Amino acid sequence: MAGKGRGVAAFTFNIEALGIGRGSMPEARVGPSPLFPSTDFKPVPLKAGEDEDYMLALKQEMRGTMQQLPHNIKPQSNKSEVERYTERYLKKSQIEDEDWTPDWNLFPKELMPQTKKPRAKAGTKKKPVKISRKETEAMLSKLDALAKNDDRNPEKSDDETEKKPGNEEEEEVEAEEYDEEDIEEVSLQIRT
Amino acid sequence: MTAQEVRLCGLLLREHFGEVVEKVGTQLLRSGAQNLRTIIHETGLSVDLVKKSLMVLVQHGACLFSSGRKGPGSPTEYRSGCDRILRILRYPRYIYTAKTLYGDTGELIIEELLQRGHMTMSGTVKTVADRLTQNMEEGRSMDYSEVSSAFSKLVETHFLQRCPPLAGAGTADSTNPAPGATPATPSTPSAPPTPESFPDCYKVPHMTLVGRGKRQLTAEDGEDQRNAKRQKMDPEAHGDEGIYWQVNFERFHLHFRDQAIISAVANKLDQTSSEIVRTMLRMSEVTTSPAATCTKPLSANEIFRSLPASYNIPRPILDQYLTLLVDDPMEFVGKAGESGGGMYVVNLHRALANLARATLESVVQERFGSRSARIFRLLLRKRHLEQKQVEDFAMIPAKEAKDMLYTLLSQNLVQLQEIPKTPDYAPSRTFYLYTVNQLPTARMLLQNCYKTVANLIERRLFESKESKRLLEKSQRIEAILASLQASGAEPEQLTEVEEMITAPEKQQLDGLRLHINKLDSAENQVDETIFLLESYVNSTATSTS
Repeated sequence: MAGKGRGVAAFTFNIEALGIGRGSMPEARVGPSPLFPSTDFKPVPLKAGEDEDYMLALKQEMRGTMQQLPHNIKPQSNKSEVERYTERYLKKSQIEDEDWTPDWNLFPKELMPQTKKPRAKAGTKKKPVKISRKETEAMLSKLDALAKNDDRNPEKSDDETEKKPGNEEEEEVEAEEYDEEDIEEVSLQIRT
Repeated sequence: MTAQEVRLCGLLLREHFGEVVEKVGTQLLRSGAQNLRTIIHETGLSVDLVKKSLMVLVQHGACLFSSGRKGPGSPTEYRSGCDRILRILRYPRYIYTAKTLYGDTGELIIEELLQRGHMTMSGTVKTVADRLTQNMEEGRSMDYSEVSSAFSKLVETHFLQRCPPLAGAGTADSTNPAPGATPATPSTPSAPPTPESFPDCYKVPHMTLVGRGKRQLTAEDGEDQRNAKRQKMDPEAHGDEGIYWQVNFERFHLHFRDQAIISAVANKLDQTSSEIVRTMLRMSEVTTSPAATCTKPLSANEIFRSLPASYNIPRPILDQYLTLLVDDPMEFVGKAGESGGGMYVVNLHRALANLARATLESVVQERFGSRSARIFRLLLRKRHLEQKQVEDFAMIPAKEAKDMLYTLLSQNLVQLQEIPKTPDYAPSRTFYLYTVNQLPTARMLLQNCYKTVANLIERRLFESKESKRLLEKSQRIEAILASLQASGAEPEQLTEVEEMITAPEKQQLDGLRLHINKLDSAENQVDETIFLLESYVNSTATSTS
């Protein structure tokens, strides 16, 4: 602090040794450097030719194909109740072999999907026993009524939009699946 | 595993395998070898998803597993490396090379293997024959034997290799590239074996596969599913179960390196010299190991005999060309003796170093101008120079030279070396010399390239996300158009559907497509620079070890 006024502009070494004078110092920095600094020289344009175009097409095709393959794992999303119009057309481009079965000799045993399903069913089968007979019948009749309502609505919307014939079956199947998921295991038990 | 590499690998995994695999992959890259429980805990994903992602990564060779470090009883550990994932950037170049060398059949074989990771020979042949049949005219189909012969040719020239077989999940195989080495005991964890360490690496299995490609009919969804199920249910045994093939990236890299050397010679000298170098490299393909510093010596007589028939240059002219190549400062070709009319070698490592140096110089020139490039080249040649000497040798006025030097210094392309006269490093009594170290600068530029590609990918994703609604609309309309055309509609209906996209939207779409194509093309071309710099860095690593 004693040398504050006197030593501030002095360097500890002979500045001429580096070849720069006192006046040629760049301005002091005010804040961080800009995120997109302006460049004096513009970049060279890209190579453009047959080879490059072909490789570009290859790249985009490969990206598209790899996104359709079963290797591409999508985060688990709940099935939407009503299949959207767009998804119907996009689904057609999906590659059919959704279940890719690898050769288990090449993978460690612990990566095999565990077959825990029978255990889960044995566990939940105990639950419906507690529900009384009357409640299940009431629920079933309610659900049948709901199913009939659902069947009627999609038929109405079919007339308004342009859809190929044969999609009414799909809509009904969708409604049935929706109901099934709702009832949990009760319907499964009664139907089997 | 620098931060830039991890970021780029994450983006590549996301684009090709989805976000779930990206999470698992980046977790493996960041934290090294881990077992399944740790990965599940760190990523917070469900067990199913993590298992599936790991399987996808192992299938594509991006992840290796071995028994745990604590002995044979501990859980398997998974580890991943950046190199394999960064190769994804180069897939189009591999496929295009296969096309130029082996035609459409070779191209499709390589493409299938790259997409699926590894496959059996019979599986590949069937899929490729089907794809080729799809594109042929009605009534013609591709025979399996043609595809098999193309496959065998690829294996003979080592572009394809067998996947290394596993000795079960508990034991780890030893690396024994040298013949006659004793096999290691199963309990010692060692580096994973290279595919080349197995003797059958390039042996084509005897396969019974007769037939022709099947044309896939365009049918309704239900029928396609039925066909697919039928194909799954008849797994004919073709005699090559359990033998999986993968693409041999190293061989492709050797090919790219040779191409780079030949084109450099063609640019610097002339076409005939490049043909001579091409002949020399072709003759040494099988005798040179991948990490060799230079090819085996070839006599001028041999080169003369092996020149392609179209180049009938007389013998003395060939000798003159060879002398020119040897005297060239680029040092691509060197003389190794006098027998047989002169023994000549191609200096591979030196050629790579010179190509990398040319890349560095070109980068400085394009970023900072030709005078800064002159200073940079000067420092590369003269190693250490003082401030005053730089100004004199470069013939640039003092003030500007100072400015340029300090700009290069702030960008880390040039370093300052202190040489003290006195032991106390007093600044007034110390020499300050400017210098350029080629290898660290090349490494730094390589990281810059990774960052560049990552930025390009992010920008492309951003652009597509911005116009997502528009892209979806155009996709929908294309799908509707396709289905209308397939079911035979009148032109008025088609135009009606086409008019659903308004003119400004069409313009926007065209602009978007142009941007995305440019960004994609830029990624491909930055990858060429990445290849050069990577080869140079790897070549120095092997020669110093």
